[in-house]
Amino acid sequence: MASSQPVKPPLAGQPAQAQRGSQTGLKYPSSGKTIYNRPLNRSRTQELSQASFAYLFGEMVSYAQKRVTGIQDLEKRLNVQGHPIGLKLLDLLLYREPTRSQTRPLNIIALLQFITTALWRHLFSRPADALEKSSNPETPDEYMISDNEPLVNQYISVPKEMNQLNCAAFVAGIVEGVCDGAGFPARVTAHSVGKGEEGELWPGKTVFLVKFQPEVVEREAYLGKS
Amino acid sequence: MSSFYILQISFPTVDTPQICTVVYALIIINKAGGLVYQRDFTEGLNKLSVNDYLVLAGTFHGVHAITTRLNPLHPPNEPPSGIEVMETEHFRLQCFQTLTGTKFLLFTEPFQPNTDKIVARIYELYADYVMKNPFYSLEMPIRSEGWERRLVREMRVLNSR
Repeated sequence: MASSQPVKPPLAGQPAQAQRGSQTGLKYPSSGKTIYNRPLNRSRTQELSQASFAYLFGEMVSYAQKRVTGIQDLEKRLNVQGHPIGLKLLDLLLYREPTRSQTRPLNIIALLQFITTALWRHLFSRPADALEKSSNPETPDEYMISDNEPLVNQYISVPKEMNQLNCAAFVAGIVEGVCDGAGFPARVTAHSVGKGEEGELWPGKTVFLVKFQPEVVEREAYLGKS
Repeated sequence: MSSFYILQISFPTVDTPQICTVVYALIIINKAGGLVYQRDFTEGLNKLSVNDYLVLAGTFHGVHAITTRLNPLHPPNEPPSGIEVMETEHFRLQCFQTLTGTKFLLFTEPFQPNTDKIVARIYELYADYVMKNPFYSLEMPIRSEGWERRLVREMRVLNSR
């Protein structure tokens, strides 16, 4: 490498070497596929070991558990750990969409559908199990995403004295990051609902409650009228 | 492998259709000889008091340690593994020791086939649902809902065969 050359991002690879100087700015490979278009892991299934993730996530939970005052605090910390991932994934996943649908979601339903399909597929290789709007007329700003068996909770058994805790608060943080990044500020919390008759089938069932800020609902109503 | 391996004579099932194979109970002993888990899988077994289970675990741990030294042959590579199987008229005890010294004791009916495979499967469940749980502290008694649920389900399938 000539030391006099300015440092270029390694986007273009070899072809760029040949045409150096002929154009300025970022260079793209002739196929149009940059490193952002595919995962760094090029193995056939493009999947990671669930065991190694389980150990990593276990340590993340243990780390978040240090010096917390209560379960709310612990969930908040897990949420904060997930938030930046959501912000970045929104950009990455939109970039990987086909060009015509690359715009960011502009209404709540489009956003939530993006989350339950594109985001869920990217993270867990399957779509979320359900997406519902709150039927309570007093809370029109609430939506629920259900996952029958959250991947992050696969090996986690929460002790009885902490039964309020759901470690999928981390995933809730990712969802919150996506909502915030798309301009729909929201609070997202994870709740275990695998109790009672439904719990027989899906004991780990989790509902992610998405509560949008009032201004989002207001804007949505305004847009809907016009 | 072991100085204590006892050959099991397998009976053709055609001649003995009335013999049912049953997994009776599981005991897990940590590397210090403390009892971390005990569970019965069938009804109507003799019960010990909690204290007696602790004593049983400690005693077995000691006996197992002695048996690892009771080898007249000095095999060149592998140290002796200690008790692996104990057979009696009424039950069969399969012992599996992990590399870290945790011992799994499985009590079955004497004709239960593939007990080593069953213990290996239990070890797998243990590695998944106990060791990967961030709320489990090492060497402590196992109180984990996911482990309990999967273990019982697995054993129920075996016992209902």
